[in-house]
Amino acid sequence: MTADHVQEPAIRVRGLEKSYKELHVLRGVDFDVTPGSIFALLGSNGAGKTTVVNILSTLLKADAGTATINGFDAAAQGADVRQSISLTGQFAAVDGILSGRENLVLVARLRHLKDPGAVADDLLARFSLTDAAARKVATYSGGMRRRLDIAMSLIGNPPVIFLDEPTTGLDPQARIEVWRTVKELAGRGTTVLLTTQDLDEAEELADRIAILHGGRIIVNGTLAELKRLLPPAKVEYVEKQPTLEDVFLALVGSDE
Amino acid sequence: MTNHFFSDTGVLLGRSLRHIARSLDTIITTAIMPIAFMLLFVYVLGGAIQTGSGPYVNYLLPGILLITIASGISYTAYRLFMDMQSGIFERFQSMPIARSSVLWAHVLTSLVANLISLVVVVLVALLMGFRSGAGAPAWFAIVGILVLFTLALTWLAVIAGLSAKSVDGAGAFAYPLILLPFISSAFVPTATMPGPVRAFAENQPVTSIVNAIRELFAQQPVGADIWIALAWCVGILVVAYTVAMTIYRRKIA
Repeated sequence: MTADHVQEPAIRVRGLEKSYKELHVLRGVDFDVTPGSIFALLGSNGAGKTTVVNILSTLLKADAGTATINGFDAAAQGADVRQSISLTGQFAAVDGILSGRENLVLVARLRHLKDPGAVADDLLARFSLTDAAARKVATYSGGMRRRLDIAMSLIGNPPVIFLDEPTTGLDPQARIEVWRTVKELAGRGTTVLLTTQDLDEAEELADRIAILHGGRIIVNGTLAELKRLLPPAKVEYVEKQPTLEDVFLALVGSDE
Repeated sequence: MTNHFFSDTGVLLGRSLRHIARSLDTIITTAIMPIAFMLLFVYVLGGAIQTGSGPYVNYLLPGILLITIASGISYTAYRLFMDMQSGIFERFQSMPIARSSVLWAHVLTSLVANLISLVVVVLVALLMGFRSGAGAPAWFAIVGILVLFTLALTWLAVIAGLSAKSVDGAGAFAYPLILLPFISSAFVPTATMPGPVRAFAENQPVTSIVNAIRELFAQQPVGADIWIALAWCVGILVVAYTVAMTIYRRKIA
C-alpha cells in the first residue's frame, strides 16, 4: 500500500471539469505534482485557479474528472484527503478576535495534537511572531496575518499544502518572507501547490509551472522548458537599470 | 473523523465563547432592547392596560423573554456570517475535523449567550417588581420551553448566516421575529383586538408560548397551551434545521 503511494505523484488531476450555472470554468484540467516539489498554477483572474484548489481541498465537488491527493480520492475519501492537506486560502483565514497564540493553539487542538501550547510556541518563534503572540490578531499588519495564516497551515505537518495566491496584497518585504517560508517547506519534503498571477513569483519558487487558461492547462513544464517555447533569445545590449523594487528594498532594507 | 465530534465541537465552542467574553457588548445590546420595552410598557403604557389582577410586569415578562431571544439570535447569524466571510469557515472545513461541529459550535454558543441575556433580563424584572411563586418543576419547564424556542430560532439564524450576502442582511431577518410578540398576547389580552388581528394573534406561535410560560409563572394549571407551544417550537426547529442543513450541504461538498 504505502510503497505504491510513494511511487505515485503527490497530486494527480485528470479531466477535471466544473461549471457554475452557465459559466464553464474548468473544461478538463490535467496535471501531476511530484512529492516534495513546488508546483505553480499560473493564470489570470477568474481563470479557475481557486476552483481547482477548492476541489483538491474537498470544499467543492467536481462535475467530472478525478483528483487524487496523497493517494486518496478527493470525492470519495474526503476525510483522508483532509488529513493529508492544509489549505491557505486567498485571504488570511485567521481569527481576529483571538491572539496569534490562541489561533495556533486552536488549530493544534482541532488537529488533535498532544501539546498544542508547545506547537504554538515553536511556530511563533519560527515565524518571528513571538513578540506579538499575546496581541489580538485584528491589530496585526497584513504581512503578520499572512505569516500566522501559513503557520496555522503547517500545524500537524501535512504532506501537501495548497497556497492560494499567498502574496497577493503583501508589500515586497512580506512577499520575500513568504517566499522564504515556501522554499523551506519544500526543502523539508512538503509538496506545495501554489496559485499565483504573479509571474515573478512562479519564476522564483516553482519547480514546475502550469498555465491555466480557458479552462485547461495550456502549458506545463519547468521554467527552462517554458522559455524554450519562445524563439531563442537574441543578444541585446541593454543598460541595466535598477527596478523600482530594487530601489525600494535598498532604501527600506530587505531584512526586517 | 466523526469520532472527534464532541472534542471538536468543544474546542470550537470554546473559541466562540471567547469571542463573546471579549465583546460583552453583544450580551448587553441583546438585553437592552427588551429591557427598554419592559420599562416603557410597565412605567408608561402599562397603567392603561387591563390584564386582570397582579402587577403588569408579571403579565409582560414572558413576552419580553421571547423578544430577548429573537434579538439575541441575530448575533448568531452575524457570527456565522463573519466566519464565512473571513475564510475561517473554509479553513475549518478543509481540516481533518468532524465538519458539522463547526455549525454545532455556533448553535451551542447561541444557546449560552441567550441564556446569559435571559438571566440579565429576569434580574431587571425582579428589580421592577416581578414575583413568581413557581416551584422548581415549573421553572424547569419554563427553562425547557425557552431553550427549545432558542434552538428553533437559532437554526433560523443559521439559515440567515449561511445565505446572507451582507452583514446587514445577516442581522435583518430577526426584525420580524422581534415584532411578532406585539401581535400576540404578550402585551395585551388578545380579546381586546379586532377580529382578523385577533385571529392572527391567537394562532401564531408566540401567543401559546407566552400563555404557557405565564401560567407556569402564576402557578396556574397549564392547559392545551403548553402542547401547542411545544408543537410550534419543535415544528420550527425541525423545518429550520432541515433547511439549514440542506443549504450547508450545498455550500460544502
